[in-house]
Amino acid sequence: MNNLSIWQQLVEQSQMRWKEVLEATSVHIQLVFFSMLIAIILGVTLGILVTRVPQLTTLVLGGTGVMQTIPSLALLGFMIPIFGIGVKTAIAALFLYSLLPIARNTYAGIKDVDPATREAAKGMGMTSMQILFKVELPLAIPVIMAGIRTAAVINVGNATLAAFIGAGGLGDFIFLGITRGIDGLILLGAVPAALLAIILEVFFGSLERWTTPKGLKA
Amino acid sequence: MLKFENVSKVYEDGFKAVDSVSFDIPKGELLVLIGPSGSGKSTTMKMINRMEPHTSGKISINGKDNNSYVASELRRGIGYVIQQVGLFPHYTIEKNIAIVPQLNGWAPDKIKTRVHELLEMVGLDPEIYASRYPKELSGGQQQRVGIARALASDPEIILMDEPFSALDPLTREQLQGELISLQKKLNKTIIFVTHDMDEALKMGDRIAIMKDGKLLQLDTPEKLLHEPAHGFVEEFIGKHRIIQNPELMPVIDIMSESVVTTLPQSSPEKAISLIRQRKITDLIIVDESKTLLGIVSAYDVIQKVNSIRSIAEIMQPIGHILQDSASAKDAIIMMDESPFGLIPIVDESKKVIGLVTRGSLLAALSSQWTEAEVVAV
Repeated sequence: MNNLSIWQQLVEQSQMRWKEVLEATSVHIQLVFFSMLIAIILGVTLGILVTRVPQLTTLVLGGTGVMQTIPSLALLGFMIPIFGIGVKTAIAALFLYSLLPIARNTYAGIKDVDPATREAAKGMGMTSMQILFKVELPLAIPVIMAGIRTAAVINVGNATLAAFIGAGGLGDFIFLGITRGIDGLILLGAVPAALLAIILEVFFGSLERWTTPKGLKA
Repeated sequence: MLKFENVSKVYEDGFKAVDSVSFDIPKGELLVLIGPSGSGKSTTMKMINRMEPHTSGKISINGKDNNSYVASELRRGIGYVIQQVGLFPHYTIEKNIAIVPQLNGWAPDKIKTRVHELLEMVGLDPEIYASRYPKELSGGQQQRVGIARALASDPEIILMDEPFSALDPLTREQLQGELISLQKKLNKTIIFVTHDMDEALKMGDRIAIMKDGKLLQLDTPEKLLHEPAHGFVEEFIGKHRIIQNPELMPVIDIMSESVVTTLPQSSPEKAISLIRQRKITDLIIVDESKTLLGIVSAYDVIQKVNSIRSIAEIMQPIGHILQDSASAKDAIIMMDESPFGLIPIVDESKKVIGLVTRGSLLAALSSQWTEAEVVAV
């Protein structure tokens, strides 16, 4: 089997394991989906919070930044004592990774709103909440969406590591391929993961364009 | 309408941005706040709608303390126009103007009617502009929308923070003129901040000059120019303004006070000798109390010297006269129409106090002009 070219291996492996690939892809998508969902909700909230409480800016953005510097595998390891082995730990770690780009972009997007627009809004008698929802968030949407897109694409790649702590996903094939020395098996995990990343990139890209207010488009 | 009583703003670090300012603005007045940067003029304005809360003293609007309102409600009742305009880029022009009416819960069709009315008022065709976005408009058009937005819910008071400073000179001039005519129609109470003295003199019913947080003088443009209460005020206004602006130059400053007058019962011989002595072409006729009666031209006296006994017989009424409160500009305009080429200046009781002739007008204007040239060099 090892004499076959890498492409022949891939074809052979996928004929053998296509059902497993579909299942693993589904698990992979779930890992990405749930970790992203929590990261978006919390990241946007944190991003808004730090624009309102400037004292928290360093703590939150610095803290999430530090999280990002921890190697993915190590972070997964740290999570095991808390959530045990499996999906929960993987989602928690992936969520922590996605938090920074989303929180940071939310913060930057709101901060970048023209001070004159904000002053006019306040001067016309809008409350802080009205300014946030009618002015700041709509104007920050393109930047926030860009943060989500970045986080999602990184997330798809990181999610392959979930296999190391038994959470499954497309990383299983990569892991297996490495231990058995079958390159085709590695590709069987890597190719769908890469496709998934591209699909997400395109999806969030168009979502970004679609949610950008008309008056902001070039 | 709007009253400041010993209002101060002291920052936490102890910096006094506004120092015990007191004034009163009647309804319908356009008050200009002017001063160098850091003088506290913008802060003073922004304390009215509490964009900058004051730290002591009292600001009342129609007798009610502005601190007794919820801030956002207070602001919704006061128009606000800023230099950078601050239109919402994600809203159409129509939606931008509709912001305050919307916050106040107006019905949608009432808002639409109002927005179209306002767009027309500021000279933008609603058919073309209502559905556009701010970035599709020029700076001048954007500020027109800014003004329409401030007027939307028909507030009594409008605050304008250097609204035209970022515009090119031509557009600025145009918008200044339009605001003046708009104000004549709407009669709002406007607080207008600027650092441009020409703009202040053009726009202000009264002008408040500020420096280092203190209000130095608050007066009409005419009074500021002629009775600056403070060396700084004089310096800040600049002497050349008076020359550039004959509208603001009082006619009494350019008239000649030595008017050759005589009584109506004077003989024509006496009149002729006066005319020759003083080298004049016309003689002003007054009664004993110096009240203006008419005019006699040298030509007529010489022609009729033998056929009349007193000059009263050839005296002509004079229609072109000016009160002492008139400006040099009034004299320039009237001079064109005056058949005698002179304008007597009278006080309230019609007593003659001076005379403006073509010659004195030209001399006064040209001497100030050359002075200005010297200053400019």
